[in-house]
Amino acid sequence: MNPGRSLIAIQEKIKSGNFTISDLVQYYLERIEGAKHLNAYLEVFADEAITKAKILDEKLKNQPDQCGKLIGAVISIKDVICYEGHKVSASSKILNGFESLYSATAVQRLLDEDVIIIGRTNCDEFAMGSGNENSAYGPVINGVGENRVPGGSSGGAAVSVQMDTCLAALGSETGGSIRQPAAFTGIYGLKPSYGRVSRYGLIAYGSSFDQIGVFSHDVKTMASLLEIIAGNDPMDATSSTTPAGKYDFADTRGPQKIAYIDDVLNHPSISPDVKSATLKTIADLESRGHELVPVNFDFLDHVVATYYILTTAEASSNLGRYDGIRYGHRSKEAKDIHELYIKSRSEGFGDEVKRRIMMGAFVLSVGYYDAYFTKAQKVRRLIKEEIENIFSTFALILMPTTPDVAWKLNDKSADPLKEYLADIYTVIANLAGIPALSFPVSQSDNGMPIGMQLMAPQFKERDLLNFVETLH
Amino acid sequence: MVIDDALISKLEKLSRLELREEEKVKVKEDLNKMLGMFDKLNEVDTNDVEPLRYVLDEHSSAIRDDVVGEELDNHKALQNAEESKKPFFVVPKFLKK
Repeated sequence: MNPGRSLIAIQEKIKSGNFTISDLVQYYLERIEGAKHLNAYLEVFADEAITKAKILDEKLKNQPDQCGKLIGAVISIKDVICYEGHKVSASSKILNGFESLYSATAVQRLLDEDVIIIGRTNCDEFAMGSGNENSAYGPVINGVGENRVPGGSSGGAAVSVQMDTCLAALGSETGGSIRQPAAFTGIYGLKPSYGRVSRYGLIAYGSSFDQIGVFSHDVKTMASLLEIIAGNDPMDATSSTTPAGKYDFADTRGPQKIAYIDDVLNHPSISPDVKSATLKTIADLESRGHELVPVNFDFLDHVVATYYILTTAEASSNLGRYDGIRYGHRSKEAKDIHELYIKSRSEGFGDEVKRRIMMGAFVLSVGYYDAYFTKAQKVRRLIKEEIENIFSTFALILMPTTPDVAWKLNDKSADPLKEYLADIYTVIANLAGIPALSFPVSQSDNGMPIGMQLMAPQFKERDLLNFVETLH
Repeated sequence: MVIDDALISKLEKLSRLELREEEKVKVKEDLNKMLGMFDKLNEVDTNDVEPLRYVLDEHSSAIRDDVVGEELDNHKALQNAEESKKPFFVVPKFLKK
């Protein structure tokens, strides 16, 4: 059985009787079993998915007009997204055994359209990492190439789609955690604008950056899912009240003006493979009639610092809630309440999380607050304004998603700074709050996938999806 | 700016964390590397720039009306606590006689 990798194809095949939703779930469960060694799933909701598939097959037969728009879509969710009655751990020991008391708004909206959630996927602990090597439950391995990281932090989500163990996946981004693993695994990954998708039920890391987004094999499937999860939510005060609208493909605009940043192509971090893939993409877009123009961007060497100052600060505040009292790991060694906090946290958090909490405490502390935290907030404004300035002339910005292809396991984990610098091209969209979509373009000489990303102005997801859909 | 042992102890206290000796050495080294990267921002002239605290331009209507909605019931609220005694969370004694 080969169900195909797009929602449209799957829905058509189900409708014409090629297979049932139960057959489809069985197929994915077998694929999950076959890809077990990659460690993409922390938990598979097998029995539940089988039961729900039977119910949906009956519904299709008896009340076809009552079926949700996304019937036939089987997805995975990253282990930072709450699903009522199911465990969620942020791949951390500190949340071992924790069960969600409610569903994230994004999850609930998908369930309401008859989506089946087949499991929760491994990720970097509290979404802190770019290689998925910081999970308390072991690293995820890329399905392409031997012993390569899948990218992070949504590494398990990316591999779950890459290996065809589900149609699509919900991941989350703070600084590239969807686009970077999408590029490393050769699939599509979208980070929506900040505020486009409700963060209610998403475990917080950097609240002024975090967004839920989608992995898929094609743009139309991505658009169908985004259309359902996007839009204002009274449970998230930072979700935008600007209507999301429909993400259809009726856009018939012709040639576009697209900017690319000249310094990116000459940056010391870019690998020869990624550089030549970028030049090829530019030439390809030009041959399709688009106008590609090099532009200046003055902050390329400042984006990573700005991002890490602000996110560590936000993380140190957000992760203050893990104190061992109301939920999460509680130390058995503590003699008083003060020790209970300290020991529960020290036993429960992994190295990277501790490092970021302490860095965040530093940049927020008396005497250093203005020099680091306020300074970074100011630079963030300059970065956002410079990006907006580019969009006053151009419809889109093109950039490679990553400076290099997926690295080998353990290659960067000893030196966190090396890993942070690999985020250089992705953090820009998060700092500016704009949507960005990574799509596969080619492979390096050693066969590893290369992805490019296009960024669009705030809330222009529809333009972005329409444009990328024209490219294949 | 260099992060020394005294500052590491201070950050442990602020973070409610306690590192093992070998962890401290590694964290000190890593934080100093990060700080070196952060200092690059000094190159950027930010005179007369307002800090960006919130990335969306919408400010109004973000707050819900203050009406009582669906809350977690007591049973659910205690469900994930390691130690509880209905209707309370249990913590070690912290008031001295």
